[in-house]
Amino acid sequence: MLSLWLNVIAGGVLIGLVYGLVALGLTIIFGVMRVVNFAHGEMVVFGIYIGYWTVRIWDVPIFLAAAVAAVVMFVFGYLLETLVVKRFVNRPHHYQFIVFIGLSLLFSGVLLMSFGPDPRPTASQLSFQTVSVGPLTLDWARIQAAATAGLLIAALGAYLKYSAFGRSLRGAANNRLGGLVVGLNIPRVYAVTFGIGAACAGVAGALISPLFDAQPYLAVDFTLLAFVTVIVGGLGSFGGALLGGLTIGVAEAIAALMFTPSMKTALPYALLIIILILRPRGFFGAKDI
Amino acid sequence: MQRTSDQASDTKRWGAGALVFAALAMVGGMSNAYVISLLTIVLLFTFLGQSWNLMLGIGGQLSIGHALFVGIGAYAVAILNIKYGVTPWIGLLLGAVIAGFVGAVLAWLSFRFEVRGIYFALLTIAAAEFARIMFGGWDYVGGMQGLFYQAPSGTMDLGMLRGDARFYYFVALALAAIGVAGTELISRSYWGYVWRAMRDDDEAARALGVRTFRHKVLVVSISAATAAIGGGVLGLVQGAIFPDSIMGMAISVDVLIGPVVGGLGTAFGPLVGSMAAIPLHHAMGALGDSLGLPGLNSVAYGAVLILVVWFLPDGIWPAIVRLYGAIQLPARGRISQLRKAEE
Amino acid sequence: MTALLEVKNLTKAFVGLVAVNDVSFSLQAGRITALIGPNGAGKTTCFNLVAGALRPTAGQVLFEGGLLEREPPEAVCRMGIARTFQIVRPMKDMSVLENAMVGAFSWTTNVKEARDKAYESLENVGLAGKANARTDQLTLPDRKMLEMAKALSTRPKLLLLDEVMAGLRPTEAAGVVGVLHRLAESGLTILLVEHVMRIVMEVASTVVVLHHGAKIAEGKPSEVVADPAVLESYLGAGFHA
Repeated sequence: MLSLWLNVIAGGVLIGLVYGLVALGLTIIFGVMRVVNFAHGEMVVFGIYIGYWTVRIWDVPIFLAAAVAAVVMFVFGYLLETLVVKRFVNRPHHYQFIVFIGLSLLFSGVLLMSFGPDPRPTASQLSFQTVSVGPLTLDWARIQAAATAGLLIAALGAYLKYSAFGRSLRGAANNRLGGLVVGLNIPRVYAVTFGIGAACAGVAGALISPLFDAQPYLAVDFTLLAFVTVIVGGLGSFGGALLGGLTIGVAEAIAALMFTPSMKTALPYALLIIILILRPRGFFGAKDI
Repeated sequence: MQRTSDQASDTKRWGAGALVFAALAMVGGMSNAYVISLLTIVLLFTFLGQSWNLMLGIGGQLSIGHALFVGIGAYAVAILNIKYGVTPWIGLLLGAVIAGFVGAVLAWLSFRFEVRGIYFALLTIAAAEFARIMFGGWDYVGGMQGLFYQAPSGTMDLGMLRGDARFYYFVALALAAIGVAGTELISRSYWGYVWRAMRDDDEAARALGVRTFRHKVLVVSISAATAAIGGGVLGLVQGAIFPDSIMGMAISVDVLIGPVVGGLGTAFGPLVGSMAAIPLHHAMGALGDSLGLPGLNSVAYGAVLILVVWFLPDGIWPAIVRLYGAIQLPARGRISQLRKAEE
Repeated sequence: MTALLEVKNLTKAFVGLVAVNDVSFSLQAGRITALIGPNGAGKTTCFNLVAGALRPTAGQVLFEGGLLEREPPEAVCRMGIARTFQIVRPMKDMSVLENAMVGAFSWTTNVKEARDKAYESLENVGLAGKANARTDQLTLPDRKMLEMAKALSTRPKLLLLDEVMAGLRPTEAAGVVGVLHRLAESGLTILLVEHVMRIVMEVASTVVVLHHGAKIAEGKPSEVVADPAVLESYLGAGFHA
């Protein structure tokens, strides 16, 4: 019994790290640009397809597929910001919402036209390998995904903390006006930020491609999951995204064990509503909204 | 002097509105079944758009989860009517009361800590998703299989709100007219002034004695109650309700597309926007089906949404007005500069 | 002569800074009192404490003998204390008249009554001719006047004005001075926070001087300007030597 619980919680922590990465992408974009990316789930699904095709064509390990997704999605995000999003950064939220809903419809339509509506089973050998550590039996795919996600989160954290550009990014997040005054290249900061956010989503998608069947309709679920995660952690907070991801991952795993499947899907939302009631800005939310 | 010119433009606006709705009534008498059913949806979303418009365009509170209230209304009517044979009129009333209460609780929870702007918006979407999933797992309301109305017998029955497609067209037309006129009246009432003040500057409104907390709860509650009425009728028109279709994110999006595309805060915007967006969506869907491209619908719709917001930031209606310069826009119609909520 | 408002031992501490330190003064009904001091003296903090926008760390504010305690700004306004903001804050998408109507809804729900009161307030500040204008068409002095009209519509007993002359040219400021005199004659009590000392001399019957959060002088304008401590605070130590 105890080992069952340990297994469930460990599995939740592993997937929670990937959720954390998804949320991190959303939260970085919000933190710096004060824009909520409602097309985030589509970017995760792009990542899933990138992961699926890279592994199928070149038969590379999953972390290399993730690297491909990172590069492709960074460029994609950078261009998307420069061409479209940039024009709406200073518009009210409801306009941004419409723009991103438009983008999300556009992307999911492209996915539908390219790959059709049917799920594409991505299970490979990797999907069924397990590793035993003491009482724990864990999916090898999850371990790889979690390890890569964890490393990436750490690297991103270090980048934001120690590199000059990372610091200016954080400066822009803390004080947009102040950033303008001290002469940050705000357009470039925004484009890079959006690229990093998209890359986070893409990498997370590639990492979970052995676990989820690739399907366009997954996008909405991932968008909502990312919202829940960042609000639980606190919009705009780096640590909050990670903590939120772990919380949701573990809560989902436990709920799957104890409740019906629909309760499992509802649980993150219930958790979110409780968090909002108790700590309206999440664990580490920005004071100033 | 200035008051009389006010009255003159008032008369002009009300006259124009009456003309538009008279024309729509004539369309209802003449058109074929397809046009009627499409316009019925357009008019229902005009009403729902006004409900959303009341909350953001006048009250300054952004909801991206209006499907919650639409769904509550639809289920209240359906459960009472299908399971107990109660007239939809009672269902509409009950749905409005429940949705108003839920909206008030949501608003109270959120605004109590001055949580607003995007946090409140995300709370609304979370609540809507939560409700959708709960209703999907709730056997009493049919779960994911939903609830079905008996096929209408074709005889019109106002007491039971049953009739043919044309009957529902006129029900929807009446609702849309009430929505447009109601928005106009509320916006010129005590509530309208106070709500617009808190929309423009919450702190300054408080300094002038406006109890913004209770007014925000009130505006959300009223918007929720009216959305539930629209939802109740929408369920009747569709003949069946499923949690995914009546409480899904697509409904929340459709509700706000009318006013944003048409012109936020204006009385005619939601009508014009729904007229433009919903037929386009249907046409693209039909085109995609005939070409065997299931995604075309969503690509085209997405692209149009982005282009409209990009090139007509005030919406279609104010652009038409500017083009013809015939009708003077009321000052309160111009809230395109509504600042981002957190600033 | 009765005091409409009494401030007793008011203190407000922020992290690492005591902005207002043990300040006491009182406002006489129907008079104009000015709160002055150099930049950073704690004037605006003091003002916000009275207006209910900030909560005091210690001390009391008594209005008509009753204690103002933890009242939110809207309640303070409904008791009869109206304020303006240092940076003008018109409701951008409402007309000048509509702006002036908002305050009236603190005591009536009747739209016609509110409109009549709004016209009256606009007339009081000389803006009645621009009632139907959009607020972004107003000049800065007009916007300052609109702030006052909005506050007047609440039918205040006490009007708090935060740097209402700042940024105005001398002739424009003279217009404001005229309005203030008229309002005081009609029985309104006014508390004025100002940085510019010269203007204050023309309108205030009593001046309270703050420096580093503490009250250093109080009295008639002519007495206060002669006070060495005041001169020193404004112009630096050694000036009067």
